[in-house]
Amino acid sequence: MNFALPMKHNRGKALVTHAVLLTYTLIALFPIFVVIVNSFKSRKAIFNDPLALPTTETFSLVGFEEVLLRSEFDVFFSNSLIVSVSSIFFVLLFGAMMAWALTEYSFKGNLLIGMLVAMGIMIPIRLGTVSILELMSSLHLVNTLWALIFVYIAQGLPLAVYILSEFIKQVPKELKEAARCDGVSEIKIFFTIILPLIRPAMATVAVFTMIPIWNDLWFPLILAPSDGNQTITLGVQQFVGQYVTDWNSVLASLTLAIVPVLILYMIFSRQLIRGLTSGAVK
Amino acid sequence: MADVKLNNIKKSYGNVNILHGIDLDIKHGEFVVLVGSSGCGKSTLLRLIAGLDEISDGQLQIGGELVNDLPPAKRGVAMVFQSYALYPHMNVKKNMSYGLKIAGKDQAFISEKVEQAAKTLHIDHLLQRLPRELSGGQRQRVAIGRAIVRDPKVFLFDEPLSNLDAALRVQTRVEIGKLHQKLGATIIYVTHDQTEAMTLGDKIVVMNEGRVEQCGTPLELYQHPRTQFVGGFIGSPKMNFIAGKVHSIEADHLVLRLSTGAITKAFVDVAGCNLDDDVTFGIRPEHLSEESDKAERLSASVSLVEQLGEASYLYLSLSDGTEMVMRTSGESTTTIGETIEVSFDAQNVHVFNADGLALKRHRAGNTKSPAELARLKAIA
Repeated sequence: MNFALPMKHNRGKALVTHAVLLTYTLIALFPIFVVIVNSFKSRKAIFNDPLALPTTETFSLVGFEEVLLRSEFDVFFSNSLIVSVSSIFFVLLFGAMMAWALTEYSFKGNLLIGMLVAMGIMIPIRLGTVSILELMSSLHLVNTLWALIFVYIAQGLPLAVYILSEFIKQVPKELKEAARCDGVSEIKIFFTIILPLIRPAMATVAVFTMIPIWNDLWFPLILAPSDGNQTITLGVQQFVGQYVTDWNSVLASLTLAIVPVLILYMIFSRQLIRGLTSGAVK
Repeated sequence: MADVKLNNIKKSYGNVNILHGIDLDIKHGEFVVLVGSSGCGKSTLLRLIAGLDEISDGQLQIGGELVNDLPPAKRGVAMVFQSYALYPHMNVKKNMSYGLKIAGKDQAFISEKVEQAAKTLHIDHLLQRLPRELSGGQRQRVAIGRAIVRDPKVFLFDEPLSNLDAALRVQTRVEIGKLHQKLGATIIYVTHDQTEAMTLGDKIVVMNEGRVEQCGTPLELYQHPRTQFVGGFIGSPKMNFIAGKVHSIEADHLVLRLSTGAITKAFVDVAGCNLDDDVTFGIRPEHLSEESDKAERLSASVSLVEQLGEASYLYLSLSDGTEMVMRTSGESTTTIGETIEVSFDAQNVHVFNADGLALKRHRAGNTKSPAELARLKAIA
């Protein structure tokens, strides 16, 4: 008889939680919604009523035509993809290796390196832009995608090491010991036992790493602004003029830029859920 | 042959000494159980033998070879962990074959080994399952199977049954016993459960605070505990202890005056005893009787009765407040609050001196010598 009361209480609580989350979602999605809706409208319609959905009269693909046919959109797009994917790959690989080394082995300088990594989380990498530019120019890497990849690896590593360390610590000690009894080498333990077990954490790190890289304008502008090396965020800027902005093209290219992030996110988030439901370590 | 020899093995973490020089001699094919309360160093010792921790001092030999500095896989040992430690992302077959694959064995050999081990352990229908799809008992078998396929010289078991429920524990215990008969391998088995130790071990090593307290056959330990600790540790419920003094010394027995004032005989070695020495009197719960058919007597009041069916445990309180347990017939009608007369035989009495060392008992039970045990084993 008393059971109904806490149920009701829980329900009310859940309702409030959901209302808050829903409101937040709406606020966060609204700009994206406006971008996507307007990318399918004619220029006049965008200015007449920015919030209206495209109708048969206002529907227009002129922005997409402009972007896909008359600009180097494919180059920007593939540059962004190359930079993001290689950065994520190396951040995950080196981040996991570093996290494994720092948590599993005690060696001289372990604490010092750990502290440097923690400082890397706190100090924004953009503070070092000038030195980075100097470094890249002495390495003759300015205006190459490698310059961006290197910087993004450095930018992503600290947080990756931090998150992955926590997960690696949770892998039961016995598993590693069982593997050692089986004669598995340390490097194989890392690749065949540890990595598969921290996959959900890797997905989390991938998501956290990918989004700032994909959206970054700062470093592409400074390190690789030349034609042929521009990423999508930089490439879009050519439609933004001092006097006239080609809104159709800007909105169309932004809409297109959302797609790969969405796809990557879907891949990783499925990993995330699968990882959470399969934690079978006793 | 895979004899295991421990010579003055020590382990310390910084300034803290965990093991203070362990000497053990384990013969090929022996089932040795390391037993002790938690924190006594038994698991640490097993990890040192496995090669998972570094030995601080002393020599460890397996099969006549010094293995102090060899990695686990090169020592020819296989370990079964308490938490099973199965690779969660590999199916049973892969779990069992992984070690062989790493060792570079060919596919046909691996398949044969795995199938053979799976048949022995009755898990051949589970080979494609993931560990999370198995019950606790099945996981335990897979963990044992993973050890078997490697044909180790020595099996190491670290409390393998403590994650199983009571019924399964008994069943698996029996199976491990049978497996030992079948494989004839050397097994070192760590447990804190003295029933497991008694039933499985050819030899039991009782450890306490990083030292070997006593090492011997199960019956030796039960009938002739060398120290008060072993007396209390082996046997369930544990031995009752009552403080006392030496009242008089006869040719073949002592007469003790217990703290309750009772006078009792004890058939133990009297050499080195003086009048009025402080001693501890020990008697096992199963050697106490409610009937007045035995010569020695104590009077006590019943503070709790536990009825197990086949037997009842009476928790007794002596006149000076000392607590005792006795095992009596399941049909006993004694109830809480009664004062009863408890009797026992003087030959079942254990006596420990002020240092906790046992005085040798003359007339104790049917201890079989190692030679006798070997003879019995040969007949079987």
